[in-house]
Amino acid sequence: MSMQTGLATSTTQLRTYAPATDVSVAAPAPRLEIARAEPVAARRNPRTEPGPVRLIIIALAIAFLSIFVVLPLVVVFASAFSKGIVAYFAALAEPEALAAIKLTLLIAAISVTFNLVFGVVAAWAISKFEFTGKTFLITLIDLPFSVSPVISGLVFVLLFGAQGYFGPWLQAHNVHILFAVPGIALATIFVTFPFVARALIPLMQEQGTQEEEAAISLGASGLQTFFRVTLPNIKWGLLYGVLLCNARAMGEFGAVSVVSGHIRGETNTMPLLVEILYNEYQFVASFAIASLLAMLALITLVAKTVLERRLDEAEVPDGD
Amino acid sequence: MAIEVTNIVKKFGSFAALDNVDLKVADGELLALLGPSGSGKTTLLRIIAGLDWPDSGEVAIDGENALSRGASERQVGFVFQHYALFRHMTVFENVAFGLRVQPRAIRKDEATIRARVKNLLDLVQLDWLANRYPSQLSGGQRQRIALARALAIEPRILLLDEPFGALDAKVRKELRQWLRSLHNEIHVTSIFVTHDQEEALEVANRVVVMDKGRIEQIGSPGEVYDNPATAFVHGFIGESIVLPVDVAGDAVQLDGRPLNIPALGAASGAAKLFVRRHDMAVGPAGTGALEGAIRHVRSFGPIQRAEVALAGTEGKTVIEIDAPRDRELQAGEIVSLQPRRYRIFAAQG
Amino acid sequence: MSTAVARRSTLPGFGLTMGLTLTWLSVIILIPLAALFLKTFELSLDQFWSIVASRRTLNALKISFGLSFAAACVNLVMGTIIVWALVRYRFPGRRLFDAIVDIPFALPTAVAGVALTQLFAQKGWLGAPLAELGIKVAFTPIGIFIAMIFIGIPFVVRTVQPVLIDLDPEIEEAAASLGANRWHTVFRVILPSLIPALLTGFALAFARAIGEYGSVIFIAGNLPNVSEIAPLLIVIRLSEFRYADATAIAVVMLVASFLIIFLINRLQRWAQARIPVH
Repeated sequence: MSMQTGLATSTTQLRTYAPATDVSVAAPAPRLEIARAEPVAARRNPRTEPGPVRLIIIALAIAFLSIFVVLPLVVVFASAFSKGIVAYFAALAEPEALAAIKLTLLIAAISVTFNLVFGVVAAWAISKFEFTGKTFLITLIDLPFSVSPVISGLVFVLLFGAQGYFGPWLQAHNVHILFAVPGIALATIFVTFPFVARALIPLMQEQGTQEEEAAISLGASGLQTFFRVTLPNIKWGLLYGVLLCNARAMGEFGAVSVVSGHIRGETNTMPLLVEILYNEYQFVASFAIASLLAMLALITLVAKTVLERRLDEAEVPDGD
Repeated sequence: MAIEVTNIVKKFGSFAALDNVDLKVADGELLALLGPSGSGKTTLLRIIAGLDWPDSGEVAIDGENALSRGASERQVGFVFQHYALFRHMTVFENVAFGLRVQPRAIRKDEATIRARVKNLLDLVQLDWLANRYPSQLSGGQRQRIALARALAIEPRILLLDEPFGALDAKVRKELRQWLRSLHNEIHVTSIFVTHDQEEALEVANRVVVMDKGRIEQIGSPGEVYDNPATAFVHGFIGESIVLPVDVAGDAVQLDGRPLNIPALGAASGAAKLFVRRHDMAVGPAGTGALEGAIRHVRSFGPIQRAEVALAGTEGKTVIEIDAPRDRELQAGEIVSLQPRRYRIFAAQG
Repeated sequence: MSTAVARRSTLPGFGLTMGLTLTWLSVIILIPLAALFLKTFELSLDQFWSIVASRRTLNALKISFGLSFAAACVNLVMGTIIVWALVRYRFPGRRLFDAIVDIPFALPTAVAGVALTQLFAQKGWLGAPLAELGIKVAFTPIGIFIAMIFIGIPFVVRTVQPVLIDLDPEIEEAAASLGANRWHTVFRVILPSLIPALLTGFALAFARAIGEYGSVIFIAGNLPNVSEIAPLLIVIRLSEFRYADATAIAVVMLVASFLIIFLINRLQRWAQARIPVH
């Protein structure tokens, strides 16, 4: 089993962000110009459709993706720069914007750190040992993927809100969780919980325990084995998980919106500020912030593609 | 270092991988654990290494209870079947690993480590590969690097799991001789697991034949080949002709016809007669224990291999025998066969 | 010396890592989700029912589930077409479009929300020409529908794509050699073997659309009973401090999405048993 399959498995099981395999890897065919339909060849090849049908399918796919996916992205940048580059940077330099950027970075740092440690720890337990109930445990880790973001926020309101289970106690002790950084961090950790673990588990399962056993038999301690043998082997997978976790942490809207309280300059993350500014008809400012988030998404996608290629390459020379 | 394994039991669910195994290995031995897959040989090896733990029983290395120590504290060199080289480290760093992870108090300085790794790479004749990565090596090279890595920790014993299993036939032969001569050179007590009888007989001083979690026989290669202790060993090592016979007192019958050979003390009842192909002497009709018609002859090298349909079985029982080429056999010829050496084991042994 | 040996494993850290995993899983995921159900049990059945069966809640649920279903259907069809084009054909920009499919995954939902709204607003690039045709998208249920299509498309594409890539070319060649025309081969041989993946993709897109908030609320108009989705109603109830109402709606949504996932898993297993892919 190749690492690529490992990732592909993670995709289908993850059911979300993990990217599928790069199609081009699986289908190395010479590039044909579709405009130049080759009727004879097409008729002879039992594995393709007649030229006109191909053209229609390709046209439909391109049109759909352009209208529904590319255009919204273009709109973000077009609107952000609609009043010129000066207005754009002025909007980003607003104290409110800077505060939101800072908060977003802080929240992302907290949740990525937490989920990084959790992901590695959980993946170690799940992939290096045999125990009953493993599938069920993985299902539980996946749970946040199937919970609406709004509900992810709601559960923390129920726990820590004024009328929540721990609300009175928190109030009595003057601890602020809801409408403050801890609440936002908790909700973000909740929604990003599965990312790192799900990127690592298939990878580590596939790598098996042989190298770790070899290290142990050579006298290495548990920590030495992890840092010198396991970690170097999973670093790209780990980075991959962190990347997706970070993108979601910075972009999370629904869950954070419920627990944030929208205190201006204090508990507004970038996505929340996008909403507020938009509702106040400050379109340039709203889209300026949105453009930063869109850029993050694009960088994440590019980095993801590069990483996937690297994960594939790392696999190639290992084949016997 | 001597190894003593006592009463080891290991179950995976309801499957007994090892069923009360006892084994003593003397200092400096080169021992083969031979058996089919599922016989428990690899499990036994992993238990000695501390990579698996028995349900009950004891393992002592040089008189010292090994089970109270984890794998990292046993100082046992283990060569994995698929080598388990660290893929992100160079050959040099792979070999140096065991030295670098030693507790600071006893860790050697860098110069000593480098010198030692260099010596080991010289020993396995691969010093020129020091800066390569495992993925850039051939199977045979990986095998030797894995061995050098295991030797780096100055192991008290050396354990090899199917050391030649993943190699092609030619490399396998070369490495066998190499492993023997290496063992003569360094003399560390070694156990290797194999399912290849030829490999076990050729390399080891002593062979342990295992089946279904039990030890069937322990002996020198000559002993297990010439005097198999059980029907399994006879069938597993070397190629044998197996005939279902009935034993009554000292008389042996095949399909109700007496064979004029003694039962060699086998118990009365259904039994199996084991004869090596080359232990079946061919003579003119009417002179031996068995009689049959030659159906087909192939000659190669010093022998001719003949398919013989035994008389009285309506041609159903066909055996293959190896005869010297002093007299060319002909298809259609009726010959008699006389086992020179044979063993008889009770059928449900 | 005792012969009983404690069961040990070679690699260290199982107890520690498993303990930490279970602890964090409980603290972050299980206890908070349990609180949701605990809160629901504080309601009597009548109270629960009066919340869920109220006109506004029912309508919100209907809008969420109905439009999600419709959007998932569109995703199913368009997703299949896109996968087909990406896997089977070579055209300029194919790899770029392949990467573009992931954008709805990667783009923060609020950004998608404002962008779609801007695009389909009456003066927007697409909203203006559509308005001339008399079609109003933004601030109507059609807007919700559009947003749900946007976020659902990668689910179908990314689930079906690997399966279509791995599909053994020999089955198509066999069909052709048995005299099937291309139409028959595609609809009787290829598509049936994609059914499990298609169902999964559909279910994922459906479930995601039901729970979706950020990309929908901007374009929705949020008119009670007309264009108000269930997640928004939860947020509204929360801001009114009507926790019980919010919780009841949340539980209905959660149970419904789990049910959908479960149901489709069963369906998928059934389809897989009937049509082995390889």
